[in-house]
Amino acid sequence: MIEVKNIDKSFDGNHVLKNVSAVFEDGKTNMIIGASGSGKTVLMKSIIGLHRIDKGRIEYDGRNLPDMRMKDIRVLRREVGMLFQGSALFDSLSVLENVMYPLEMFSPVSKEEMEIRARFCLKHVNLEEQSFKLPPSEISGGMQKRVAIARAIALQPKYLFCDEPNSGLDPKTSLIIDRLIHDITVEFNITTIINSHDMNSVMEIGENIIFINKGEKEWEGTKDDIFHADNEELNNFVFASELYKKVKIANQ
Amino acid sequence: MNIFKEVGRYVLLMKRVLVLPDRWSMFFRQFPKELEKLGLQSLPIVIIISTFIGAIMTIQTKLNTENPLLPAYSTGLVTRDTLLLEFSSTILCLILAGKIGSNIASEIGTMRITEQIDALEIMGVNSANYLILPKVIAFVVMMPFLVIFSMAVGLIGGYLVGVFSDVITTADYLLGIQYAFIPYYVFYSLVKSLVFAFLISSVAAYYGYYANGGALDVGRASTNAVVNSSILILFFNLLITNLMLN
Repeated sequence: MIEVKNIDKSFDGNHVLKNVSAVFEDGKTNMIIGASGSGKTVLMKSIIGLHRIDKGRIEYDGRNLPDMRMKDIRVLRREVGMLFQGSALFDSLSVLENVMYPLEMFSPVSKEEMEIRARFCLKHVNLEEQSFKLPPSEISGGMQKRVAIARAIALQPKYLFCDEPNSGLDPKTSLIIDRLIHDITVEFNITTIINSHDMNSVMEIGENIIFINKGEKEWEGTKDDIFHADNEELNNFVFASELYKKVKIANQ
Repeated sequence: MNIFKEVGRYVLLMKRVLVLPDRWSMFFRQFPKELEKLGLQSLPIVIIISTFIGAIMTIQTKLNTENPLLPAYSTGLVTRDTLLLEFSSTILCLILAGKIGSNIASEIGTMRITEQIDALEIMGVNSANYLILPKVIAFVVMMPFLVIFSMAVGLIGGYLVGVFSDVITTADYLLGIQYAFIPYYVFYSLVKSLVFAFLISSVAAYYGYYANGGALDVGRASTNAVVNSSILILFFNLLITNLMLN
């Protein structure tokens, strides 16, 4: 479980996060939603420790990240997997080597066992054997996301972060990726935090949703609660399209 | 004030780079690749430039020393000392700052803007050490060989002038390049090249590592890397020359 308590973050006097508190539970797909520029990416990067917060606490099962030394943060990060918006696969390595990379860095097992684990992870995300030796540039965007998920779960993380996992993907592939993240979260009981503004994702897998607006937490609830929420900013964001306006009417 | 900020950030980066690798096996997997990429792949340009400069220097020295009071071997002597003292270390490093510096800055800069460095950090890897240390060590290791190669090839270039033209006789040239040889000049040149190799690779890595934005910013980082490492090479050249030859 990750607990965020009263965090503040500013960049050159620009107050980006204002007193944000939230709880992200194990085995659940926790989602941070909000419009572009609302501060959700800063919130996620602050939780991971890529941004140093000005005030507040970020507790990973009781361990407060801002209090940790760099050495301890590195140890904690071995329990973290992350799926980046652009996949962030290493260009110079093949698909299989990308997934083996964290194992080679931190796992004490033999090379053969690493390869078995990497192949298991790649098959778990439904990737075909013939793509294993290819460089990331020669596979599709959807496949790259799957490789990135496989790499993120290779070390059996306790915490999984996904930054805009559906960015640049078609609706069908987005759905596959969403379900994959959800299934992995439940299967391995991971604390998953997804940063998204894709309402299809929210409606598909959002179990605990936090809405960020202008750096503040405006609303929190489940995907079912959204239809009955009376927060104007949230309604303007979620039900911006004609389709979701109709879905809301149908649900009421 | 900006320069102090940059120097401070560079020093802090080097503090992260110059530590023992997390995994030696990963270091030794990267290291030979960097030796090949930064060292061996630079050989063709070193050979071409050194041969031509050696030849041109011989012709120009001869044309500018048409004085009966000067001995015939002086052309070879001047060519040799210019190659040993300045060209094969400083000028070659300025050229390599363009080739190697832009290569390192653009490679690391692209990894930065495509979030590959963030991915390493999230995994708990010391990304600065993992990415930069093999490059710096590989280039520092290869540079003395490139410099010695450049010296030899440059002298051969001068010899070829004697073979294929009547500007100078090969006998005069060979006498000149052996006359009053001071081995310390080679040592001085190698010391300079080691410092320059460190400057080129670390400054380029610094600009690449802190690139942000998009493709345009990677290009800017690459340009800054080349310009600033060239200025530093000239500054340190003055400093080392003053210390070692004065």
